[in-house]
Order: sequence, then structure tokens, then C-alpha cells
Amino acid sequence: MAVPILQLRDIDKFFGPFAAVERVSLDIVEGEFFTIVGPSGSGKTTLVRMLVGMDTPTKGDILLRGRRINDVPANQRPTCMVFQSLALFPHMSVGENVEYAMKCKGIAPAERRRRALGQLRTAHLPEHYYDRPVTKCSGGERQRVALARALAYDPEILFFDEPLSAIDYRLRKTLEKELKDIQRETGKTFVYITHSLEEAMVMSDRIGVMREGRLAQVGSPNEIYTEPKDRFVSEFMGEVNSIAVVLRDDGRLHSEILEASFAPPPGRPAQVGEGTLIIRPEDMAFANGAAPPTGANVIEGELFNEYLLGSRMQYQVRAAGQTFLIEKLRVTTPVAHPGDRVRITWRAEDSMLFAE
Amino acid sequence: MSVAGTLHRRQELQAPSRRARLRLSEGLLSATPMLVLLVAGFFAPLALVILYSFMPRGSFSPIGQPTLENYVDIVQQSFYISFGWSLLLSLLSVAILLVVCYPLAIKLRQIKGRRASLLTLLIVAPLFVAENIRLQGWVLFLDKGGLLDGSLVWVFGVGPGSLVNTVPAVLFGIVYVFLPFMLFPMLLGLANVPDDAREAAFDLGASRWRLFRDIELPLAMPGILIGMLLCFVISLGAFSESKFLGKGVIVTIAQDIESAFTFAQNWPRGSALSVLLIVLAGAAVFLAVRRIDLDRMMGRR
Repeated sequence: MAVPILQLRDIDKFFGPFAAVERVSLDIVEGEFFTIVGPSGSGKTTLVRMLVGMDTPTKGDILLRGRRINDVPANQRPTCMVFQSLALFPHMSVGENVEYAMKCKGIAPAERRRRALGQLRTAHLPEHYYDRPVTKCSGGERQRVALARALAYDPEILFFDEPLSAIDYRLRKTLEKELKDIQRETGKTFVYITHSLEEAMVMSDRIGVMREGRLAQVGSPNEIYTEPKDRFVSEFMGEVNSIAVVLRDDGRLHSEILEASFAPPPGRPAQVGEGTLIIRPEDMAFANGAAPPTGANVIEGELFNEYLLGSRMQYQVRAAGQTFLIEKLRVTTPVAHPGDRVRITWRAEDSMLFAE
Repeated sequence: MSVAGTLHRRQELQAPSRRARLRLSEGLLSATPMLVLLVAGFFAPLALVILYSFMPRGSFSPIGQPTLENYVDIVQQSFYISFGWSLLLSLLSVAILLVVCYPLAIKLRQIKGRRASLLTLLIVAPLFVAENIRLQGWVLFLDKGGLLDGSLVWVFGVGPGSLVNTVPAVLFGIVYVFLPFMLFPMLLGLANVPDDAREAAFDLGASRWRLFRDIELPLAMPGILIGMLLCFVISLGAFSESKFLGKGVIVTIAQDIESAFTFAQNWPRGSALSVLLIVLAGAAVFLAVRRIDLDRMMGRR
């Protein structure tokens, strides 16, 4: 692993007695696209405000290339942020916005203009937008102006605080990919904050999942998806099926509500006692036709509803008052009809078991 | 876009549809009471004053042979001194108010909730007491043997003596009385400066001074200009401050106008002085309004 450009060592941030961020330690590698993801109130915005210098940690150190920068104010840090609100200067043109950082650095107007036009191209904005007032730009164009303005600062690390959250779905998807392309082109370190794991998955080299002020897990998107560390991370990844279970002496997991027992996933600790069994919707299958072999993981229920998700189908099955989701590739002949009795099954190795 | 331009554009847009015409007449109807008040209480007296200013000296009738003799008199006599004092006091008070109110407005804006309303109430409270009474209070405080001088003499044996009857006392009175008229428009202006724009500029490397010059000042400018204009125009007509706190050390133009109408019984001269003062104030309003973007102030853009 390369030398970390940014190191966080045991960062705490208290507002009175409330710990917004607690014991966060993290290394960010130069040139990577790192995303901090978490539900609202998980402390991710507080964390990034400390990283850009608009807040100071109560405890702990922030090191940029090995130098402690806790008390360096934002205007003297070689980092820059794209705000959630974008925070464009409403009284300036697109060009003036983009050039602002260079103006602060005292770069001559002609050179500023040349570089600003370059940044507009990088952010996929036509050059004639240079003289346009920012108030006359559309939502997507403003995103690009904000990005160009931050890139023009030539930051060592570029931070993003959920800038895409107010954009409609299709444009957001386009901008997500563009942002990752721009990160590749410029080779800069991007640190992105979002509450959407989907967004994080598309763009990131690595993801840090935050929960209640702490980092729950750090890893590649694939690691986080396939090997979530705990129930919170696994459930945060998207819709999952969770079953409350107890590990009995016979080595099987018993569900009181479903009055059934299941095989535990292999290689998991035996001493769990009470726990939660988690199965992703795409790992579930219908077991129609022949009676299942004894000892197989089976739940019997009623097919309640089905949803078409583009290329995939999602089925909702209800059993003993609980709802289970099954996701399959779209098929032309229906598997079952709503109201039918169905059996659903999964392979033990596709399930995940977390102790309570 | 200027105010007139905006109105013009709106009317153009509304002209075609019947509903729009209906709305226009409703607008006219709602404006009628104010129009009556303005015509009877503002335009008619104003027209009368203008008319009188062209009447012969000492005339008590607005009908007669028009003449410019009042204006000639004003130029030939020493009225430029009182005009000068009024102008100087206005400009100085605006400058002082800018310096006094700006930091106050910055801090006030950061305070939220109940404390903010309490502070606002405290600032407005003096307006509930008549200006003359407040100024008399200051006289009692600043005069020889007054609260300030008397206390100092009692404690230390020496005091500053009388601080009234001085130009600084008059200036102080004007600044004191018109403070809310600068503060509140300024607060309104500063409300147009988004916090995140401030933070973004700071993040992009702006110094405190740059932040003020490039972000805060331009965005807050409409409010600040309105405050300056208000204070300038009303302090140009200031009268009680120099009367009570100056006690004749200087004469402002408003005092000259008063004595022309009362003591000297020369209405045409008082009218001509008034017209000149109105022209002076009008010029300031014209210059400032051209620079104010009312649409943006009201958040319409």
C-alpha cells in the first residue's frame, strides 16, 4: 500500500456531551476515490468539516502527508470541498466563480482565464459559459461549475459533501460516472460523502461505512458487499432478509416465529447464542415442484406481491407475519401468482450470521 | 434591472389576458387609499411649496407674478453655511453609522431565536419615546452640572463642564437617533450573504479581508445602500438635534427653513430653501436607487 496522503488518528468530536464523531482512525491513499457513507446523523458531515478545516477535532490528530494540520484554517490547507449546497457565489459569472481560488493566489487575469477555460472543459462545460451568470445555470450545470471551481484550486485532496443529493435520478447517474472519470483523468485524491451506498459503490475505490460517529467498516466495495462486518453494514447495503435465530445444541439455527430450523453458514463461530441470519434477496430462490430434501433451508409462505425492477423481478413473500424478498432476473413466464403458496430456499453458504 | 423597468415588463406581460386586466384593476383598487393619501398629503403640499418658491418675497398667496428672486437671495446671502453644516453632519453621521452598525449587524445576524428578538426589541425600544424627550434626556446627561459632569465633580472634584452646545454633541445626537435606520437595512442586506458562500470562499483560500471585499460586501450592498440613503436623507432634514444639543452653535438648513416660515414670516424663501433641500436629497436617492437591485433584495431572482 502506498504512503497515505491523509491520516486520521483517533478523531473525536464532541458537541457538549454528544459525541458526533468518536475514535475514527483512517488512512487515505494518494490518488484513490474514497467514500464515507452512512445514514443521516452518523457524523459524516462533521468528520469532513474537520478534514477541510472548518471545524477542529476535540481529540485526535489529522495528518496531511505526515504533517499535523488540526489547527491549520481552511484557507491555508491545500484541500478543497464541493458543498452540498454547492455554495456558488451568486453575484459572479461562471468564469469568476471558477477563477476565485486563483484570484486569491494572485495569479494574473490572462493566466486565470486560460486555466479557467481548461477547468470548464474538464467539467464538461462549454467555453462560452465563462461569461454566463451562475444564476442562469441549470442544476446540472451548477454542479459542473462547483466542480470546476474546486479543481481550479488545484487541491491535493478534493472533498465532496453529498453534492449530488438534490439532483434527479438520471442526471445523478450520469454525473456519478463522470465524476469517477474526472478523478481518473486528474489523478487527484477524492473523498466523497454520501448517504447512498449505491452512489458509493459506483464511484469508489474504497468505502468507509459510518454509524453513530464511528467507522463500522472500511474496505473495497466488493469486500463490503460480500463480507460485511456486522448486521448494520449488511443491512445498510440494501434490502436484505433478516431472521432472528438461536443456535441450538444440534448445531442448527432455530427461528421461533417461523417454527423452522436452518443450517448455519459454514465457518462461522459456533457460540453465537442469539443472532440474526441475513440472506440477500438475490440469494433466495423458489423451491417449487418436488418436496425439499430434509435439512434444507426452507420457508413456506404466500406470494404477496411482485415488482418489476427493469432487468430484474422482485417478489415479496409473507410467512408468519414476516416479509421476505426474492430477486431474480426478469422472466416472461411467471414463477407464481400473487396469493399462491410458495416455498423459498437458499444455500447455507450464501447466508450471513451475526451475533446480537 | 431597475424598478421602473421591472414594472414596465410586468405590465407588458399582463396586458393580453382578461384575468390579468382584472388583477390590474384590483391592484388599482387596493392602492386607492394610499393614492388619495399621497396626493392630498404629499403631492399637493409639494406642488404648493414649489409654487410658493417662485412668488415675490414675503408674499402670502401662491398666485402672483412668478420670480426667481428668492433663489437669487439664497445664493447671495449666507445660506450656504447652513446647507454646508447639514451636508457635513449627514455625511459624517452616515460614515460613523456604517462603522458602528456593521460589526453589530454581523454579530446580531449570528444570534438566533429568543435572544435575537429580545435584542431587536431593545434596539427598537428608544423609538417608542419621542425624539425630543430623548434628546432632552441627553442634555440633562451632558450639560454642566448634569449627570455626567455632576457625578465626576462629586467623585473626583473636576468634570468636563458642559458638553452640549458643541458640534460633536449635535453629531452624536444624529448618530444616536438614526442608528436603527442604518442597522435594520444592513441586517436585511447581510441576510443575503449565505453562510456557505462565506465558507466556500474561505475554503478556496480567501483571507478575512478578501471575504469581506469579494463576498460579504457585494452581496450585502443593497441593504447597506438603503441604510446609507435613509440615514443621509433624514439626517439632512435633522432639526431637533442641533436645536437641543447644539443650542445655536450651528444652524442647520432645516432650522433656517423653520425660521423662514415662522419668525421671518417669509414663506416664499422657506419654500425655495425647501425646494433646494428636496433637490439635494432627491439627487442622492436617484444615484443610490440606480445601484440597488430591488429584485434580488426581495429574493425574486
